[in-house]
Amino acid sequence: MQPILEIDQLEAGVQGKQILKGISLKIYPGEMHAIMGPNGSGKSTLASILAGRDGYEIIRGRVLYQGRNLLELSPEDRAREGVFLAFQYPVEIPGVNSAYFLKVALNEVRKYRGMPELDAIEFLALVKEKIKLLDLDEELLKRPVNVGFSGGEKKRNEVLQMAVLEPRLAVLDETDSGLDIDALKIVANGVNCLRKPDNAQLVITHYQRLLDHIVPDKVHVLVDGRIVMSAGKELALELESKGYDWIVREAKRVN
Amino acid sequence: MNSISTIPDADAAEAPHFGAVRTAFQQYESQTRAAGEPDWLASLRRRQLTRFLAAGYPTRRDEDWRHTSLDAVVSMPFALASSAGPDGRIVQLLEGSAFSSVSGQRLVFVNGYLIPELSRAVRSSDGVYVAGFASAVQEKSEILRARLTADAEDGSDGSLGALNLAFAREGAVVIVPANTVLDEPIVLVFVSFPQTAGERTHVRNVIMTGPNSRATVIEHYIGLGTESAVTSSVTELHAGQGAVFEHLKLQDESNSVFHLATLRARLESSSKVSCHSFALGSRLARQNVLATLAGEGIEAVFNGLYLGDADRLIDHYLSVDHAAAGCASHEFFNGVLDDKATGVFYGRIRVRQHAQKTDAKQTNKNLLLSDDAAVHTRPQLEIYADDVKCTHGATIGQLDPEGLFYLRSRGLPVATARRTLIHAFAGEIIERVWCGAARDILNRLVWERVERTRHVSGSER
Repeated sequence: MQPILEIDQLEAGVQGKQILKGISLKIYPGEMHAIMGPNGSGKSTLASILAGRDGYEIIRGRVLYQGRNLLELSPEDRAREGVFLAFQYPVEIPGVNSAYFLKVALNEVRKYRGMPELDAIEFLALVKEKIKLLDLDEELLKRPVNVGFSGGEKKRNEVLQMAVLEPRLAVLDETDSGLDIDALKIVANGVNCLRKPDNAQLVITHYQRLLDHIVPDKVHVLVDGRIVMSAGKELALELESKGYDWIVREAKRVN
Repeated sequence: MNSISTIPDADAAEAPHFGAVRTAFQQYESQTRAAGEPDWLASLRRRQLTRFLAAGYPTRRDEDWRHTSLDAVVSMPFALASSAGPDGRIVQLLEGSAFSSVSGQRLVFVNGYLIPELSRAVRSSDGVYVAGFASAVQEKSEILRARLTADAEDGSDGSLGALNLAFAREGAVVIVPANTVLDEPIVLVFVSFPQTAGERTHVRNVIMTGPNSRATVIEHYIGLGTESAVTSSVTELHAGQGAVFEHLKLQDESNSVFHLATLRARLESSSKVSCHSFALGSRLARQNVLATLAGEGIEAVFNGLYLGDADRLIDHYLSVDHAAAGCASHEFFNGVLDDKATGVFYGRIRVRQHAQKTDAKQTNKNLLLSDDAAVHTRPQLEIYADDVKCTHGATIGQLDPEGLFYLRSRGLPVATARRTLIHAFAGEIIERVWCGAARDILNRLVWERVERTRHVSGSER
């Protein structure tokens, strides 16, 4: 079976500073992987590179998405091909109505996939169904994108966008940070509901607590730009009780 | 009753190009006299011409004109525009123009001449008066005499305002009686269609809204042709006590036209007034907004959007005078500048000593879409009262790269993402328009213009 995402010996940096020092992983359809690691280990860099943010240099290695070179695609083409990044810091866009934005985005993606565009009524019906999943107030749709949203609303709005756009590969960059326990459960529930046999999710997190509610197939530990350990979900629990220090020491010893 | 004042003879120091101004005035005066214009106006025109000849055109040595040169206007021949009747091209232009779908009263001027065939003005039973300046000075002689004389003596519109009144052939006069509510906006369309280079059009509008009235007036400036020309426009606005009034100006002239305009507003107590300036066209545009908040409890909004491309220059000069206590004035001006365009914003707020509890706010935000675009922005607060809230802020920047990436990461093509952000920036201003029909029209118009912006689809970021 072809993996949805295959990262092969990826080395990358920003402004001449190498951050990722050789990352390899494969995610198959139906799988959810978690990447954990201490601050500064390169987690968000990886997420940014997957989504196509400017300013990163690829030094070596490759990233294949459904067998295609992901890195040569523009951010919008990645989105249309089914890659979705839930932002760690969702961007406020004053003056752009949330519902309008989501409708334009969905129709861009549908057009690309050869599906008919949704009209306003069809779109609203779809979004009202998805918004329940995330326990968000429909009024938010009338506001400018992320403007005046609470921290929790912003994160839930990211998962709402994901629910509407139905990506094949979702990368969630610290979607759990800054959430209280109730919001965390809602987000986790949303993400769980979006798991399908033909899609894949990559959850990036600093803390284990999100993994109480969503159960990854694999946990990778990223330290200083390298995956130093990959194991099943029990690794997350071990990290929670013992912290990252032991694994950092372990990694140094091996190197 | 009135002795008609005399115009001093030219002396050796007078700029040579004023000869043409004098000649044009003599010809013009014989026309207006033949048309039976009242003596007071003839006299006023002479005084204004004298004022202009003494002061001349503003130059960049004037602090208020530091960034805006009128050299091109000065060196152009001085010839008064001639009437261009309702020909097919003008009819077509009007049919496709922004506010053509707005019903209600409408006056259409071509090269500063009122064209009754294209206008739709009715003497309504509610006593609202909408007429051309030339008939109004006969029909409403005393009211206009008082108004124009006071404004001329005030002189705050400078030598260009004086030149305007000396030659103003037409314009709109709108008088809304007390307690009258107008549901439909009154639309004034000014078409410039210069036949030869350097044609000058001078329009003078007077809008007076009575106590507790409600009305909206839209001024729309458009043009045909590629000859260079000068449009001079002065609008005197007087909003009565408790009046609710919206003034919307859309300046969308041809790229060969120099547009020099003033809105002078005197607002009485408890009035609620919104003045919008949408500056989309012309080669050089100067819009003065000179407002006096004369009574207590006024809420005034001065709101503007300017879009510039090529090597155009768009200058907004605001002077808001808080002459009474307890008033709020908010200024919001956003500019989008592309290519080698220049934006100028000067915002002066004066709070007099007794104007306590003033709430004055000013923001000027600019989006530069190319490396060669420029903006000069300057706030000036003069505060003589001690219990006031005054804020100002100006920004100059590019499109937010994070915002662009966010939109693209959801599938929007880069050009759409850029347009969306630019339109949102413009939308902040458009949203403040009360008149729903006008707001929708402006939204569409601005979106069309943004579509045309060259750097929107560019790959540089």
